[in-house]
Amino acid sequence: MFKRVEETAGTAITFSFEGKELTARAGDTVAAALLAAGERSLRASAVSASPRGPFCLMGVCFDCLVQIDGVPNRQACMVAVKEGMSVHRQDSEPEAVSL
Amino acid sequence: MTADTIVIGGGLVGAAIAYGIAREGESVTVLDEGDVAFRASRGNFGLVWVQSKGLSMPEYARWTRRSADLWPGFAETLCEETGVSTNYYKPGGAHICLSEEEFEEQAGVIRRMNQVHGAEHYGGQILSRAELDDILPGLGPEVVGGTYSPHDGHASPLYLMRALHAAFLKAGGQYQANARAQEINRDGEGFAVTTPAGTFKAAKIVLAAGLGNRRLGPMVGLDVPVNPLKGQILVTERARPFLSMPTHVVRQTEEGSVLIGDSHEDEGFDTRSKPRVMAEIAARAIRAFPFLKDLRVVRSWAALRVMSADGFPIYQQSERQPGAFAINCHSGVTLAGAHALALAPMIVRGRLEEELSAFSVRRFDVQAR
Amino acid sequence: MSTYDVAIIGAGPAGMAAAIETARAGLSTIVLDEQPAPGGQIYRAIEASGPARTRILGPDYAAGRKLAEDFRASGAHYVAGATVWNIDSELSVDFSLPGGSKQIRAGSIVVATGAIERPTPMPGWTLPGVTTAGGLQILLKAQGLVGDDVVFVGSGPLFWLIAAQMVEAGVKPKAMVETVPRSRYLAALKHLPAALGAASYLRKGMAMIAAVRRAGVPIHTDAKEIRIDGSERVEGVSFTSGGREHQLATTSVALHQGVVPNQQVTRLLRCEHLWNESQHCFVPKLDEAFRTTVAGVYVAGDGAGIGGAKSAALRGRLVGLAIAEKAGKAGPEERRKVAEELAREAKIRPLLETLYAPSPEILSPADDTLVCRCEEVTAGAIRKAVDMGAPGPNQVKSFLRAGMGPCQGRMCGLAVTEIIAARRGEPVSAVDYYRIRPPLKPLALSELAALETDEPVPADIQAEAEAVH
Repeated sequence: MFKRVEETAGTAITFSFEGKELTARAGDTVAAALLAAGERSLRASAVSASPRGPFCLMGVCFDCLVQIDGVPNRQACMVAVKEGMSVHRQDSEPEAVSL
Repeated sequence: MTADTIVIGGGLVGAAIAYGIAREGESVTVLDEGDVAFRASRGNFGLVWVQSKGLSMPEYARWTRRSADLWPGFAETLCEETGVSTNYYKPGGAHICLSEEEFEEQAGVIRRMNQVHGAEHYGGQILSRAELDDILPGLGPEVVGGTYSPHDGHASPLYLMRALHAAFLKAGGQYQANARAQEINRDGEGFAVTTPAGTFKAAKIVLAAGLGNRRLGPMVGLDVPVNPLKGQILVTERARPFLSMPTHVVRQTEEGSVLIGDSHEDEGFDTRSKPRVMAEIAARAIRAFPFLKDLRVVRSWAALRVMSADGFPIYQQSERQPGAFAINCHSGVTLAGAHALALAPMIVRGRLEEELSAFSVRRFDVQAR
Repeated sequence: MSTYDVAIIGAGPAGMAAAIETARAGLSTIVLDEQPAPGGQIYRAIEASGPARTRILGPDYAAGRKLAEDFRASGAHYVAGATVWNIDSELSVDFSLPGGSKQIRAGSIVVATGAIERPTPMPGWTLPGVTTAGGLQILLKAQGLVGDDVVFVGSGPLFWLIAAQMVEAGVKPKAMVETVPRSRYLAALKHLPAALGAASYLRKGMAMIAAVRRAGVPIHTDAKEIRIDGSERVEGVSFTSGGREHQLATTSVALHQGVVPNQQVTRLLRCEHLWNESQHCFVPKLDEAFRTTVAGVYVAGDGAGIGGAKSAALRGRLVGLAIAEKAGKAGPEERRKVAEELAREAKIRPLLETLYAPSPEILSPADDTLVCRCEEVTAGAIRKAVDMGAPGPNQVKSFLRAGMGPCQGRMCGLAVTEIIAARRGEPVSAVDYYRIRPPLKPLALSELAALETDEPVPADIQAEAEAVH
């Protein structure tokens, strides 16, 4: 589990992961907020559908891809978490199109 | 370092011919460049495409169709021999028209082709917007109609390349990378090719070096007038399958990536991707399929098509040195079946058949006079 | 399209320092930064860091605050959240902002995109719960998050620094599994006299290791045969050390084998690169003024070769001064002084580079180990492609799709090159690297389509030439 070294930093933000309501702090990326909430596995890989989670946390590895507010393949470590954001696990074959 | 035949060039053209020769039992050596060659094969869009090809040259239309007909068995054999699937599918293919003018022109092409080759045989269909909607959901409002051919299909150019290389090696072929042909000399009745990796000798030689044939041709008494025509392709992230068949501008690969093509730019030998052209390609794809707009481009490719003056292939045997052949085309995927299974046996027999005479470089002399 | 005298990519120490100098010389300067605030990864969130974080991260981190202040005051135009996705040889830069793509043109470009962690292929390294060690530090810097139950695996200064910072934060690592082979110490010893010229680094290094040891963190040295276990997520780490097999249960593993230059931009620009044997990575070929082989393009900071934060800032200054000098806005004296300081900084490097060279195991992963994380390509498949004749990474890429996923080869490139070189028995420099093409980061089709540029549209783009494909 992760703990915060500055308990007072950042105002509380409510967002959801897989429909579950979670609390983050202003200044969190989606990846940081999910890790802080104990979520490490964020997607299924594209080839073998094996579980993956944040790895580099600096926008390089693309292993933290999630679906944010309906848009797939977002880098969780590069997107700031926002109030009311709806985050979902990334499927191995994301529906990129809404026909 | 002696073989029956040397093939210069390990791209799709060279690999298909080398594989075809090797499976006939000849010993073949492929001499290839290094890791960063122009390698048009890596920028291929992956269509096995028949419709609208060869409007002004019926021989090309027939040759293309012959290759498309060979493809199903060819793909199966390659997969059996190597375990590498070329991801070949033949669901037919569509040409999507974004304006009345384009539709009229494209429909005209199909009508004429049906006329020349017989509608029953050629099978081209002109589809209204409503008919197109039935086979391709999600078309944009600008699409006015299109054409369809049941003989079209698509395959992965990269896996085709890998399968050809693997099958060629399995058939006993020798592959030599980092062996750019520097000089070709007569060696008795045969040829000796000087490369940084050593000198290679063979009775016959096939120039399949793409744009390199322009340089190599004169060494064996051949003039090979080819020029680069840049094409750029965009590749998106993977998505769930949504496209039932390839179209001439958008195709979805087995992996789920969407390939979006392609440009025709006369830019010399510059292989860099250019944002302006990438933007045009992207815009046209969105006009065809608006739902693609949120999909992300992960890669772009720019490669140089190997173009003759009329755009048709060059199949030429040297008159002065009959053991030498020059092979050029820009449809390395479509023609792979014919190259491996029809052209290669001719090279083994030492003579290009009459049906390929239309592809001789002599046609350019006639035009010049 | 806006035109600037200087465009700087990245706002870490090198980018900030370069911008301060060019702006001071009166050159119009734009700084395009992918992050939300200046600092790069080394000074990540330096402006937002509260007292607790700053204390834990220590004075070397806090030193970045002054640089960020000077940068903010410099007059350089800072664009946060700007993802550069293409630069061409005419020095046009395309970058993505939340509202869409923009294009600018610059007289000079400074690539200050820093370093990334070296790829560390080993069994289990894709499991959730495995991060880079640097990734953990970014969570600490940017969000003040510290994870418990962390087993560190690898080697290098950062390996110990982060562990020491966690100890300082009161959440000590579960174990340190160090991969430095015993034989390295003797080899490193001969660089010790030179390193004494940078004694403060030696003292700091020893203090970090001592702090971790004092906190009672188990330290396993000379670790080999490392495997990360788990099916859905990390469950443990297995290895041998001191002639014994070890199995540690854990939910979190942090990997580190040093950092390497982020080559994406310089490769995109087709700058010439050289193999640096001591640092075991490619570096762009640079002249004494940090100019690449592409006219008008400079590289500052760790992207030019690993030197650390201080060195990065000094090299940023040198690049800024060189550009100012070329524009007739500065003399050579200051550049000479900074260069001397840089030489002093470099004295520690041979020792570090010898001792903390990448572990032999990650350089030659077992056949069934995944190397390309995106397309899930194993080391064995790469070796097979080489046996089929593939002369380098670009042919391997087209045979296997290695490097074709969304990370565009960042996480596998060096490892793929090394595996090919070893299999072919050729020097790494001869095998070379992936060819990098735009976009540097994935870009929505709609954003690309909306692009407005000054480039002429080729006349025949829409023309359906007969016989295409």
